[in-house]
Amino acid sequence: MKTFLLMCWEFFKTGLFAAGGGLATIPFLKEMSLKYRWFSMQDLTTMIAVSESTPGPLGVNMATYVGNSMYGFWGGLAATLSLAAPSVIVILIIARMLEKFRNSDVVNGIFSGLRPAVVGFILAAVLDIYLTSLFGWSTFQKTGNPADLFNWSAIILFAVLLAFYKKFPKTHPLWIILMAGAAGVALRL
Amino acid sequence: MTSKNRQRITPDRVTDGNTAAGKATADTKDRPAKGARLLWQLYWAWFRMGLFTFGGGYAMLPMIQKEVIDRYHWADEEEVLDYYAVGQCTPGAIAVNTATFIGYKVAGTAGGIISTLGVITPSLLIISVIASLLNHFADYPVVQHALAGIRVAVCVLMFVSIEKLLKSGVKGISSWIIFAAAFVLSVRQGMPFSSCRKKEKSSH
Repeated sequence: MKTFLLMCWEFFKTGLFAAGGGLATIPFLKEMSLKYRWFSMQDLTTMIAVSESTPGPLGVNMATYVGNSMYGFWGGLAATLSLAAPSVIVILIIARMLEKFRNSDVVNGIFSGLRPAVVGFILAAVLDIYLTSLFGWSTFQKTGNPADLFNWSAIILFAVLLAFYKKFPKTHPLWIILMAGAAGVALRL
Repeated sequence: MTSKNRQRITPDRVTDGNTAAGKATADTKDRPAKGARLLWQLYWAWFRMGLFTFGGGYAMLPMIQKEVIDRYHWADEEEVLDYYAVGQCTPGAIAVNTATFIGYKVAGTAGGIISTLGVITPSLLIISVIASLLNHFADYPVVQHALAGIRVAVCVLMFVSIEKLLKSGVKGISSWIIFAAAFVLSVRQGMPFSSCRKKEKSSH
């Protein structure tokens, strides 16, 4: 029971201090592994791989996995809730404050300046997915062979799906994801 | 202050009570719900978004545009960008932060909590099954191929999403300068090339 509460506390702390998304949780988990030996570094590698291959936020997946491996389903639930609790509390407080300042010109001015910056961040983050999935950037860096630079089957799939999505913009994104997943298996991407 | 509030409330009531009442039957499915039904709607919408988001916070954007903006009109594009901006500098996963924000806006504190529970439920179910049954899940070739395909889908969806964002969020020269500066700075910081790198496939 003591370990169970300690685990919840550790995940609460992780949720409270890991700002900026899932990857930020990994250093915290490494520390947990070294400090308490709840799971090995090798386990952690497996957990990261599984978390990246399944839907959902990486941090949430990791918390579920660690909790689950320690205490089964309820452990996973407790760890995930502990991880999410700090951000829910913080955001609820901020949301309440923002509501008050909604008509403030200063706050609105700050946000309208931030919006283009957020779009810039998103574009930069997406560039990474493009370089790894459409262009074999990492392979090219190793081999230096320009032929490795283009992942042709992925580029063609991209073009086909994009044309389809542009033609039928009402399509729900989940269908694009399902089609692409099936195509990935069929083409052995 | 009070007069402002009253002004804002009255027109809503009028449209709800009179003008919209006749049309309401035509598209009841996506009309604003109330009470428990609204919470249920929030839960399921965020459940769907959690289930089909691969790769974390930003990759959720196409789903948010579809469900939150286009379908339920819970927020507009600018608000979502504001939430992202706040979510970026507060603790926790961006997906969770955005869910809490939008849930709160739509249905208060309960809405924020329900939306967060919705977005984490799929992870909880899927990971619990995998953790107890399929320890080598990520190593199966089928999983690898499907994920490679899904990453292409994320490229397609994000292409369209960013196009929309550029139209609605970046207007005027100063906006474009901020956009370009943020982009260049985060690229030069090594955000791409280092983060989120998938395991390299052995050459085929």
